[in-house]
This record gives sequence, C-alpha cells and structure tokens, in this order.
Amino acid sequence: MQTKLPDERGHFGEFGGKFVPETLMTALEELEEAYIKYKDDEDFNAELAFYQKEYIGRPTLLYFAERLTRHYGRAKIYLKREDLCHGGAHKINNTIGQALLAKRMDKKRIIAETGAGQHGVASATAAALFGFECRVYMGEEDTKRQSLNVFRMNLLGTEVVPVTSGTKTLKDAMNEAIRDWVTNVETTYYMIGSVAGPHPYPVMVRDFQSVIGFETKAQIRELEGRDPDTIIACVGGGSNAMGIFYPFIGTGTRLIGVEPAGLGLETGQHGAPLTRGHKGVLHGSLSYLLQDEFGQILPAHSISAGLDYPGVGPEHSYLKDNNLAKYDSVTDGEALAAFQLLCRTEGILPALESAHAVAYLEKLMPELSKDDIAVVNLSGRGDKDVQVAADALGVRL
Amino acid sequence: MITTKLNRIDELFSRLRKGNKKALMPYLMAGYPDVETSLKLLLAVAEAGADLVEFGIPYSDPLADGPTIQKAADSALKNNINTNIVFDLVKRARAKTEIPIVVMTYYNTIYRYGLEKFAKNAAEVGVDGVIAPDLPPEEAGPWREAAQKYGVATVMLAAPTSTDERLKKVSEASQGFVYCVSLTGVTGARTNLPTNLTDFINRVRKATGKPLAVGFGISRPEQAKQVSEMADGVIIGSALVSLIAKAEDNCTEAAKEYISEVKSAMDS
Repeated sequence: MQTKLPDERGHFGEFGGKFVPETLMTALEELEEAYIKYKDDEDFNAELAFYQKEYIGRPTLLYFAERLTRHYGRAKIYLKREDLCHGGAHKINNTIGQALLAKRMDKKRIIAETGAGQHGVASATAAALFGFECRVYMGEEDTKRQSLNVFRMNLLGTEVVPVTSGTKTLKDAMNEAIRDWVTNVETTYYMIGSVAGPHPYPVMVRDFQSVIGFETKAQIRELEGRDPDTIIACVGGGSNAMGIFYPFIGTGTRLIGVEPAGLGLETGQHGAPLTRGHKGVLHGSLSYLLQDEFGQILPAHSISAGLDYPGVGPEHSYLKDNNLAKYDSVTDGEALAAFQLLCRTEGILPALESAHAVAYLEKLMPELSKDDIAVVNLSGRGDKDVQVAADALGVRL
Repeated sequence: MITTKLNRIDELFSRLRKGNKKALMPYLMAGYPDVETSLKLLLAVAEAGADLVEFGIPYSDPLADGPTIQKAADSALKNNINTNIVFDLVKRARAKTEIPIVVMTYYNTIYRYGLEKFAKNAAEVGVDGVIAPDLPPEEAGPWREAAQKYGVATVMLAAPTSTDERLKKVSEASQGFVYCVSLTGVTGARTNLPTNLTDFINRVRKATGKPLAVGFGISRPEQAKQVSEMADGVIIGSALVSLIAKAEDNCTEAAKEYISEVKSAMDS
C-alpha cells in the first residue's frame, strides 16, 4: 500500500499545504501543472531513466554488510548504497528529475539552498549537465564547515552565496533562496532539495527519490525472496528516508527514521522536530518544527550540517502521527562512533548524516533475531566530513 | 457573525471615500527599537496624520521581507518581545487612540499561539485586522473562521504575478482592504516605483470593488502621492523603519515629521 496522499491541495492529513506569499502562488500552480503533465509522460520518463542509468549510475547496489552483520550477531544488515550515486549522495536523484522538468518549463536559471552542500553540489552538477545558470544559497556557518563542497560547486560553475542572516545555517539559506525566488520568479526555477517546502515539492521530491525504495524492493526480493523487516534512514528534511520508505508504507516492513539528537535531546541542542517539536508552518508547509511557545523558530544543532534543520518534510509528520513510521534519534557522539565502525568493519566511509542511520543499529539490533533482515539507507559518502570528524575526534590534520 | 459594530477599517475607508481622500498606512515593528518606544511611535504616527497603523509582530524567519525589516525583527526579538507583549502594547494604545490597528505577522506566530486564542485576544485589545503574507486564501480557512467569530478582519495580499483568476479569489477572501504588493520581490525601499504598477492596480480594480492599499518599495512623499492617485491607501514600511534606525533617540520626532510630510504630499 502506497499512500494516495497528498490530496489535490497538497495536504498529507493536516500537514503540508502551500503557505507562501501570493507572489509565488502562480509559480507553484505552474510547477504543479508541469509536474502532473510530465510525471507520467513517456518521453520525460525515458529521459529520466536514461540519466539515472548512464549518469547517476543506477541502480545502486544493495550490499550485504557481512562483517557489520557479524559484529552485531543479529539480523542480516543490507546497505542501500546511495553513496555510490554520481556526486556521492542520493540528492542527485532529485536534481536530475527537477532539472529535466525545469528544462521543459523553459527556465534558464536555477537556485537552490544547501546545508551540508550535498544538494548544492547535486544542483550544481545538474545545472552544469544541462547548461543552466545556477546560484546556491548556503549558511555562512555551513560554508566554513563544508568548504570542500563550496569549492566543488564553484568548479561546477555555480555561484555560492553565503547567508549571514539568522542562524547562518540551512533554514536561513532556505529563507534567502525563497527571497530570491520571490524576486526572480518569472525566470527562475527553485530546486528544493528535500521533501519540504510548499506543495508540490514534498510530493515531487518524494517521487524522484522513491527510485531508492523501488530498487530496494526489487533487489531484496531477488536476494532474499522477501521484503525486509526493518528499514532505517536518517531524517533531516527527510528526502532519502521518504525515498526508501515510500514503496513500503503500510506493507508490514517497519520504517524507522533517525533524527539527530545533537548534544542530547535534553540539552535542547538537537535537530529532532519529530521527536521533540510542535506543529507549525515553516518554508511553505505545515509540519513538526522546533519552535518556542510564540512560534519563533529555534536553531537546530547537529554535527552533520545536512541534518541541521528545525523542520521536517510534512509527509514524515503524517507518517508519525498515523503510526506508519517510527522516529527516534541518535546523538552526535553515537553518529561519530557509527561513522568509525562502518569504516573499520566494511571499509565504507559514510556521510555523517547516513552515520545516524547506521548508529541506530546499536539500539535496534538487540531486539532483532538472526532471521530478520534490516536495510540501512546509506544516503551519502563521508569524504566531505573528514575534517569535521577529525575535529570532533581531536585529531589535527 | 457576532459583531454588529462596523469595523474601524471599513469605517475609515468609507469616510475617506466620501471625502475623496486616501489612507496613509505606516508599518511599525512592535518591540523596535525597543518595546516602549514602539508604542510611542504608534501614537506619534497616529497623531502626525496616519490613517491606519500596521503593527508587526516580529518573526524569526521573515521570508517576504528584505534586510531592513529582517534586521528590525532580529533586534525586536532580542528585546524579548512576544505576542502577549504586542497585544498589551495595542491595549495601551487603544486607551489613547481610535486609529485602526492591523497586526502584521507570519502565519506560524498565529498558528502556534492558537487560532482561536489569537483572534480572541486580538479582538479584546482592539486589533482590527490581521495580515499574514504567507497565508494565501487556499490555506486561510481555519484562521478566517476564528477571526470572523471575533470580528477581526483578515487582509489578503494581491501580487503582480497573480493571474486575474487569483486576483478574484484573493480579493473575495480579503476583508477591510486588499493589500496590493507593488512589485515582484521582498519588502524594502526602492528608488523608483515599478513601471507596470498602474496596469496591476487596474487589474485588481477589475477584480474587486474593495479598497486597495499598495505597499512594498514606497519611500518618498512624491511616490506616495503618485500611488495615492491610483489606490485607496499607501503603505510605507521599510522606509519608516530605516528612518527610525537612523534617528535613534530622536526617532519619534523624526517619524512624526516624515509621516506629516508624506501625508501633506498625498493631500496636496
């Protein structure tokens, strides 16, 4: 059973919607119209399939992590290797899809927001591939943490604008991207990187990312003859999680989203709106948010810049409230330990974001038996995080 | 509808229409430059000839605002302003003035406070209307219901990018007046008025008979005059806020002077 949601107004139950300035409403209507027109269009899908195979390198592997499995001595652990996508993360599944749409909408300029820089790099990559002018907004704080990705975007011909307002992180980058869009809406395509933002972005990004879940389903059936018992994915905005969850919603496979607990949920220094937030509206949709009692958005914290966001995609809020997925969290320290564990047991350097999903095995494995199958979505590779990890481990490079 | 008395906003526009006058509608940020001064500023601009005041509740993520209002919101939040304090300021202003007061904020501050509670408390202290730039008619249903119950007007925004169909939808849903966003962009003073402003206002006129107020980008008295020739109200936000920032201790006097200057340009 896949959800039939959102409804025609972009609502997942009470979540989602289109909470944007009137200036953008017509653009969202046009985008929705274009998306509906092309999503079942034969040529569009043929072109998307071509780039998925020839450029992104899909299908990505579903890899049996034998030594990691032995380490826990419980369920069989498979890794969905989105880190092997061109560019090093799942983000490109979405940007290639949206770029093909932008091309058909005759837009010449693309803007995007980025946290860790993975969506920024994926947007810059798609822009280079299809010849768009591209500008990426990135919190000044993140440009420092992820300077490697800033340079990669520059190499790809993209202008990176450091955002100095607010907390200088992903949420402020998104504010600034929306301000750019409000100003240049007639010429510009806004490429949102997660299952967040106003309708139709949450559904569109989910659909482009659901290739992860559909491949996983086919691969695990091929390998094991059945669906997995559990799927684990990290959740910032939640696109890699939505992508792998989607074909399994309501099928009996347990879906677990892992939010960043940062320095610990009790410290308030975390990025776990589904675990500790309240309902509210940010960046165009209604979802769980980190906010104070008057609706002021609170800064998030995570060692992983890509999870450092006070909101979450509206469909995750829906899945949570309807018990269709479970959400839990792991701390910076737990993620860092998993980052090292996967390096040593499997020779795979995961992104710190994905390391949150790996870290959850520590909590989950004691509950599982040897007959169980767990799939972890390894959403990205960790080369970008080497400096951050070294700092956190007290190693001077 | 419980309320029987005519809303102050409707009263204002019907009075001005009869006298063939236009409304000057300045925007002030509650809590900026500090909590008490923002109240003094509200009373000062009312005294200087403003016809309606937009009083902003600062929000941490004002995505329709340019740098001027963003900075003011940041400092207002650092002054520990919150929705309860803003309502208290309005209550104290109401003891001294009958000027229509419209609260401007982003939807999350309303939603988190509680729709019913926000409408009730707003009405009790004498708020006449609410503008939330990120709340389009499609999503406004639950709020409008609460607001209507307590006689608080919900003002909707129209934009140059709105199709004729959307202009109809927006103005039908709007109460008191329609807020016409003069340009495709965020708030902030601009050197010139947009060249297609007349066409846009004419399009909105075709969609509705309701009063039209124009905001975004208006700063100089002659621009206000020009806009007042095509619309029913002129909204001045960022220009006033940056004047307040520059004038520092002298800001109430400076605001008064500026408002009366703009007002006389509009009346000339």
